[in-house]
Amino acid sequence: MNNRLMPKLRRLLPLAPALLLSGCTLDLLDPRGPVGIQNRNVILIELGVMLCIVIPVIAMTLYFAWKYRESNTSAEYLPNWDHSTKIEFFVWGVPAVVIVILGAIAIWTSYTLDPYRPLHSAEAAGRKPLNVEVVALDWKWLFIYPDQGIATVNQLAVPVNTPINFRITSDSVMTSFFIPRLGSQVYAMAGMQTQLHLLASAPGDYLGEAAHYTGRGFSDMKFRTLAMTDDDFNQWVDKVKGASDSLDSADYPQVAAPQEAAPVKYFAHVQPNLFDSIVAKYNNGTVIDKSTGQVMHMQSAMSDMQMKE
Amino acid sequence: MANISATPHGTAHGIDDHEHHNTNNVFGFWIYLMTDCLLFGTLFATFAVMRTQFAGGPTGKELFDLDGVGLETALLLLSSITFGFGMISAYARKQGAMLAWLAITFVLGLGFLVLEVKEFAHLIHAGAGPDRSAFLSAFFTLVATHGLHVTCGLVWIAVIMVQSFSSQVFSTRYMDKLQCLSLFWHFLDIVWICVFTFVYLLSVI
Amino acid sequence: MLGKLTLSAIPLDVPILVGTFTGVVIAALAVLGAITYFGKWGYLWREWLTSVDHKRLGIMYIVLALVMLFRGFADAIMMRSQLALAYNGNPGYLPPHHYDQIFSAHGTIMIFFMAMAFMTGLLNVIVPLQIGARDVAFPFLNSLSFWMTTISAVLINVSLFIGEFAQCGWLVYPPLSEQQFSPGVGVDYYIWAVQLAGVGTLLTGVNFFVTIVKMRAPGMGWMKLPVFTWTAFVTVVLIMAVFPVLTVTLAELALDRYLGMHFFTNDGGGSVQLYLSLIWTWGHPEVYILVLPAFGVFSEITQTFSRKPLFGYRVMVYATLAIGVLSFIVWAHHFFTMGAGPNVNAFFGVATMIIAVPTGVKIFNWLFTMYKGRIQFNGIMYWVIGFMVTFSIGGMTGVMMAMPAADFVLHNSLFLIAHFHNVIIGGVYFGYVAGLNFWWPKVLGFKMNESWGKRAFWCWFVGFYLAFVPLYIAGFEGMTRRMNHYDNADWHVQMLIAAAGAAVIAVGVVCQLMQIYVSIRDRNLAENRDFTGDPWNARTLEWSMASPPPAYNFAVLPDVHGIDTFHTEKQMGRRSYEGKVLAPIHMPKNTAAGFFVGAFSFVLGFAAIWWIWWLAALALVGVFATVILRSFNNDVDYYVPVSEIERDQENYVRSLTAQAAE
Repeated sequence: MNNRLMPKLRRLLPLAPALLLSGCTLDLLDPRGPVGIQNRNVILIELGVMLCIVIPVIAMTLYFAWKYRESNTSAEYLPNWDHSTKIEFFVWGVPAVVIVILGAIAIWTSYTLDPYRPLHSAEAAGRKPLNVEVVALDWKWLFIYPDQGIATVNQLAVPVNTPINFRITSDSVMTSFFIPRLGSQVYAMAGMQTQLHLLASAPGDYLGEAAHYTGRGFSDMKFRTLAMTDDDFNQWVDKVKGASDSLDSADYPQVAAPQEAAPVKYFAHVQPNLFDSIVAKYNNGTVIDKSTGQVMHMQSAMSDMQMKE
Repeated sequence: MANISATPHGTAHGIDDHEHHNTNNVFGFWIYLMTDCLLFGTLFATFAVMRTQFAGGPTGKELFDLDGVGLETALLLLSSITFGFGMISAYARKQGAMLAWLAITFVLGLGFLVLEVKEFAHLIHAGAGPDRSAFLSAFFTLVATHGLHVTCGLVWIAVIMVQSFSSQVFSTRYMDKLQCLSLFWHFLDIVWICVFTFVYLLSVI
Repeated sequence: MLGKLTLSAIPLDVPILVGTFTGVVIAALAVLGAITYFGKWGYLWREWLTSVDHKRLGIMYIVLALVMLFRGFADAIMMRSQLALAYNGNPGYLPPHHYDQIFSAHGTIMIFFMAMAFMTGLLNVIVPLQIGARDVAFPFLNSLSFWMTTISAVLINVSLFIGEFAQCGWLVYPPLSEQQFSPGVGVDYYIWAVQLAGVGTLLTGVNFFVTIVKMRAPGMGWMKLPVFTWTAFVTVVLIMAVFPVLTVTLAELALDRYLGMHFFTNDGGGSVQLYLSLIWTWGHPEVYILVLPAFGVFSEITQTFSRKPLFGYRVMVYATLAIGVLSFIVWAHHFFTMGAGPNVNAFFGVATMIIAVPTGVKIFNWLFTMYKGRIQFNGIMYWVIGFMVTFSIGGMTGVMMAMPAADFVLHNSLFLIAHFHNVIIGGVYFGYVAGLNFWWPKVLGFKMNESWGKRAFWCWFVGFYLAFVPLYIAGFEGMTRRMNHYDNADWHVQMLIAAAGAAVIAVGVVCQLMQIYVSIRDRNLAENRDFTGDPWNARTLEWSMASPPPAYNFAVLPDVHGIDTFHTEKQMGRRSYEGKVLAPIHMPKNTAAGFFVGAFSFVLGFAAIWWIWWLAALALVGVFATVILRSFNNDVDYYVPVSEIERDQENYVRSLTAQAAE
């Protein structure tokens, strides 16, 4: 799954356009980050390995059906033949070999592509990761930048070639946080914190979505992912900091209230530990610090934030 | 069923006739009980997942009164024995004895239910109802499902006692039903032993 | 008095529903009027609605399945047309409230009331005949199962016109399906319909398990069981193993909703992961519950029309068993993206892939059954070939998603939708339709029309690829499932093609209806009539009696000496009933108890959905009273006299010899 495989895969890629109709962008086959590239490579390798068996099976089906048709009396007919150890060996062996290969890849990539694993790719070398806390709401996304002290709704800006460490939760129903062109998705669930590590390797404006159905406003529960250079990112942070709104636990219920097709919103200032408070309110006011494993009590924040009933 | 074609007289299905004792009914009911067993298994699994989800509410240790539960257990175990005696009487074709034993079983089962309802009422009154926490949801659901089964068992006992007054008493069909009920009643006992062990004892320890 | 039910629950403001309602009422009045006009009420009641005959119940199951196919397919057409329209600011014609009900109902109806009913129907019709039994083990329970399934299907359709249906997808994932986020009655309709149908399915499972274990013809050892019955057996074992789990899962969801418990809520310690684990503990084996009998159908058809025994019978049996066992240890592949960690993901990924081995073996075995055969190409074989091609692709995309690292981007996308329609349509549906065509003459005594059958096949086959290849591609384009509108031009192209595909499939559905109509119209033509009871020169016992079979199936129970006894007998030119003495046959009487339990259960479900508690209590009493009254009834059986059996048997032998003389 490393870069040495890439030239090979480049040669496989022209196969993909055979599927294409009128030059659409196949987001998953044209990723903009190392995670997405690995997802794609896995898919293509798998597809390649399996086509080695599926194409012959389909060909054999059609050929046998044609060759042994009733009207072809010249074909051999064995009315009682129903067993052959040689063939049995072959019919178990071939799928088994394919599955051994794919199973090995599955195990290997389950670890290398584990969304919880921080990125150590070449692009990321020596770059300090950016922390982003993601809260899925009805029906919008709240992004908190704890290090910058800012927050946004439905717009995620990230500097290119910087590992992004997402912590994800939900303050409503379960959904899935997904930026197709960057790669893997992870569920957002109330009272839980999941993690995802992504990296954008080229500037651009990418679609982000709730991949799991969330109810009435689901179709518009989308956000733009703006991957930008460091300078642009710093400017963007300044722009957000210049916004008039800020977000603390008193304003939060209003921000979290159900809303369809919510517009982009900036918060110049965000209350520290807001994310932890959101997780904690479903856990009797406690939250587990994933890095240290310690249980933290968030009682004070609890009292401010009304439980949504 | 295996040698039906050897005899000139064939049965078509599960209802027996006079010459062949057909075990489909009891076997079928036993298979059904196995699916019921899986139903309880799922409830136990749920309880296992939820057993520490107190949501700030009371724990099992604080709530459960082992004396009352012990009495419930005793009643139910005893009712299994009395049902057994009822079966022995039925096999001996002693209708009066069978009815007496079944009546005792019924009373014991009813006693169990009364105690259970009292326990539930006490818990709900103390603010530890099924809507307090996931732990209590799982507890109430598991124990009440068993209680509902016992209720059905009581109705069944009553019905089968009434049916003994028809001319069909001790026919193969009647005995099949009695055997199914017997399986059912003992099965509920086994489930209760698991409830007692995994729900009450393990919570209190 | 009426709980939550008020006049406002009737959606008079939705023209589509008002139109549908009017249509349904007109159609229902027409049917009821026709029955009255022809004076068929008594016949219908005595011979069908109260029947405990497995063949008649089977037919009614399949009729139910076809009606539900129609309903589910109407939903599909609406979804595809909505998505073809709702692009770039155009909201389409279905607002989310309505659209979300449609996709939830589509999945629920297609799985529980189309596929399950179709599968149960085929099992009912064929399994007792294949094993040489005169009925199932518990004929009354069989009737009860049928009515539970039917009233649940009615209940789910009532939600169209009174209240609403769930808007949470076909597996009603919490917390969205909890009272907090779905306060309407939609989820309750789902819960009650699926629960009541589940009772029927579970009883069917127990019934057929006992039937297959206890009522096989003398001499039919396990390794002499016809392949379809083997697959049916594994299916009913799976049903018994997982339907209790479904019952508990939905009961817990119901308790959350009705009594404010905290099994799957966000707060109070509830766990959505628990729901997902439980529902998929049922859900994944459910896929094999549906597809294994289809595999059985393909096996029977392939060997019959290849004029050869099935290649590797034993291996086929072992593969079926292996699939059954493996289906229990793969459920977590439905939520690789939940953050369970690489150990869990790797295990479930590899376990899922391993299922591809026995499944691949099956495909190869069908291939080698055709190999060196003399394949007779009729409409039925078309479905088999279409299946082998389509299912190979569906299996491949399934293994693709079994890879956690690939699933991380394919999960919840239209790629997934394309994959499971690929296996459900290409595997399950093609199989059931092939089975319907194959066994139709056995059940009704005349063959199905060939040309309309082939037209239906081509429309379904081409329509399938046209409708679902674009969905595969849209998945690669990052389009998720259950979207109501969008603004991506690339997706729009795919949605337009997919809508065209759905239209082609619609033509296929019409062709199937035409096929049924033409077949019944031309039933008396000489080339359609089946006089021998064995129109395909087939191998298994169900072909060894007249078509349609007498109520008691076998005048004399057959002696079984090997696989395909009937085929061997035909080759030796002697039949096992020859020289046997006929005896009166003990048969169950028809009963209305199943019908009444079903009717009361319907009222119970409806009342519980609307919180009309007094009515629910009355209905519950009704259910119990009916069952208890039934248990007091000792007049439940009768004997078929020898004279009647002799007459049937003479007619059969006469038409056999007449046919042979031609």
